[in-house]
Amino acid sequence: MMHDDPLARVLTIDLSRRSFDIAHRPELFVEGIGGAGVGIRLLEEHCPAGIDAASPENPIVFSVGPLVGLFPLASKTVAMFKSPHTGNLGESHAGGRSAIAIRMAGFGAVVIKGSSPSPVYLAIEGGRVHFRDASALWGLRSSFTAGSVIRRREKGSGLRTIMRIGRAGERGVTYAGVITETYRHFGRLGLGAVFGSKKLKAVVASGSRTLPVANRKAFRSLYDSIYQAATTSPLMRKYHEVGTAVNVSPLNGIGALPTRNLQSGQFEKADGISGEHLAEHHLGRRIACAHCPVACIHLAGLRTPYPNDPYFYKTTMIGYDHEPIFAMGSMLGVGDVPGLLRLLDEAEVQGLDVMSAGVVLAWATEALERGLITVDLLDGVALAWGDAPGYVEALMRIVSQPTDLYRAMARGVAHAAGMYGGDEFALSFGGNEMPGYHTGPACHLGYLTGARHSHLDSAGYSLDQKTLATGTTLTPEGVADELLTEERWRQVLTSLVICLFARGIYTEDVVHQALEVAGFKGVDLCSLGEDILRRKYAFKRREGFDAAALKIPRRIVETPSPADPFDEPFLRAAISHYMANV
Amino acid sequence: MAKRLSVIDAERCVGCQSCMFACARRGGNGGLEGACIGVRSAGGIRKGFVVVVCRACPDPPCAKVCPTDALTPREGGGVCLDRSLCIGCGNCREACPFGAIFWDDDAGKPLVCIYCGYCAHYCPYDVLAHEEVSHDA
Repeated sequence: MMHDDPLARVLTIDLSRRSFDIAHRPELFVEGIGGAGVGIRLLEEHCPAGIDAASPENPIVFSVGPLVGLFPLASKTVAMFKSPHTGNLGESHAGGRSAIAIRMAGFGAVVIKGSSPSPVYLAIEGGRVHFRDASALWGLRSSFTAGSVIRRREKGSGLRTIMRIGRAGERGVTYAGVITETYRHFGRLGLGAVFGSKKLKAVVASGSRTLPVANRKAFRSLYDSIYQAATTSPLMRKYHEVGTAVNVSPLNGIGALPTRNLQSGQFEKADGISGEHLAEHHLGRRIACAHCPVACIHLAGLRTPYPNDPYFYKTTMIGYDHEPIFAMGSMLGVGDVPGLLRLLDEAEVQGLDVMSAGVVLAWATEALERGLITVDLLDGVALAWGDAPGYVEALMRIVSQPTDLYRAMARGVAHAAGMYGGDEFALSFGGNEMPGYHTGPACHLGYLTGARHSHLDSAGYSLDQKTLATGTTLTPEGVADELLTEERWRQVLTSLVICLFARGIYTEDVVHQALEVAGFKGVDLCSLGEDILRRKYAFKRREGFDAAALKIPRRIVETPSPADPFDEPFLRAAISHYMANV
Repeated sequence: MAKRLSVIDAERCVGCQSCMFACARRGGNGGLEGACIGVRSAGGIRKGFVVVVCRACPDPPCAKVCPTDALTPREGGGVCLDRSLCIGCGNCREACPFGAIFWDDDAGKPLVCIYCGYCAHYCPYDVLAHEEVSHDA
């Protein structure tokens, strides 16, 4: 790396002592590059074995990478922590301005340790950390309000990130997320609850600086070719025009859109909540993460009349993507756009991971139908497929937790089903709720084997669809090998913190060229990916991960997918092969 | 005729800040330091974005308050900065109602658009244009 690159600076903040220090750690970045590679190393350093995820010992690690601030679409921040949701490796990625702001503030990584006795938010700027009292912000009904108050009080407009939690994080919902720049999230695995356990309401970071490069001419020419690809490739156009919601219709078409708690792969009202329908009738604005010309973030305008006040309306801009549409739409049988948007908005207001929340509500609806739980336990909310207002009420109660059932639901679907039954239709994988794909065995194997139990770990949904298109047959070993290869390469991309949408642009050759511009020579990308994944699995095993104990919900092998039928022995064989080779 | 940068339609701005990175990259390095164009939210991202550029005023207030004539009106509109004359008083920054005089904290001197139009090449959504100054319009 360049000798004067501020990337090497690691900021460590101790909330218990209200102190911070800055260490020069070039070796961390030479070995791990950034993002996932540096994040896992810092987690190994700072997270003692076997701790309670809600304890002050749990560190929060944010890391960015050398290409941030140099090249377009290197725009993600990787967060690592022990997950209060799974009790194991917590890793979540977000865009917005988070990565640029941390890099421009002069850091490659930020570690937050300890716990504050009273609510606090952190302002990182000018090489210093300011501890600001957040008592007045604690308990606010809406995460939006917290964001706008901090926006008015802090410097750095246009150059800052404001990462904040809602009430879900404050109240320890184990799948509470952290919201950044209003519409992006460290959504999965409960980073928001870790913030909450530390009485940390928000982190603001800002700055501006020059980043040195090894070769100015090569920098500008490579920049232009990446920028050109990002603005003209058909895939990127699609992400810009319709957004990730472009997937809703085709997935539904092949019978892979999880519907009503995956009782079906097809939703009869999917056309009404498709990306095309939303773009045509409700799209109000597109926005971008900092330094990404693609602008895939889509906001719908929702105009809500006030019931007793004629001609008085509230207009809300609500972000949507494929996963939220699946989670609050098809998965709950919600096919009307206003109902869907109202649910997405409530998840934001509360600061919940919308995907986990949707899967939890889907389980509860089916559990109610089957008599495992009662309307009484649901505090009078009679959940029913398609009834968005009822689901809004339930979302609020997952956070306020008026009954034992809601307290259980606030810890995820595996926990709730453990208490009330319905394991076979509790769609949890390694403790994390399923995403919006039921394409075949590979997607589910990806959720089971991925280090963070996310569809983004190894993109099994893509492998399923490729298999379907080519008419080939998958063997357990074949699937496992392909997923493993993909997950390893994604360790490289997420260490460079390149948005995974740009994976087609950042080929191995382009990555090498970009790293050279940033002053990194001769990086062995292949070993880097293998090493990071091995480290993640070493952490997982240390914290008690046992692949043989993974639960496979029966629902996934019973509900037909577009692929040939598969069974549990097939999945178990693939998991074994994966774990033997990781 | 003199050229200037103009904001054609800020409603089309997605806030990607490619223009800011382009401006900073003119010197050949990365990062954001030195950018003479600013994109920020219009009071929260849901309300869209404000794009701050020097509009090359025909009678620039920033030049009027410069005590050392470091900032002088440019023929056709806008200003030229002679950094050797600048004492870093910051009057120019105060005088511009748009906030289009940016600041170099290290040098303690203003950063002023040179109307080169490099940023406009990197605006993917036609928010910016590099065009002839026309103050009649």
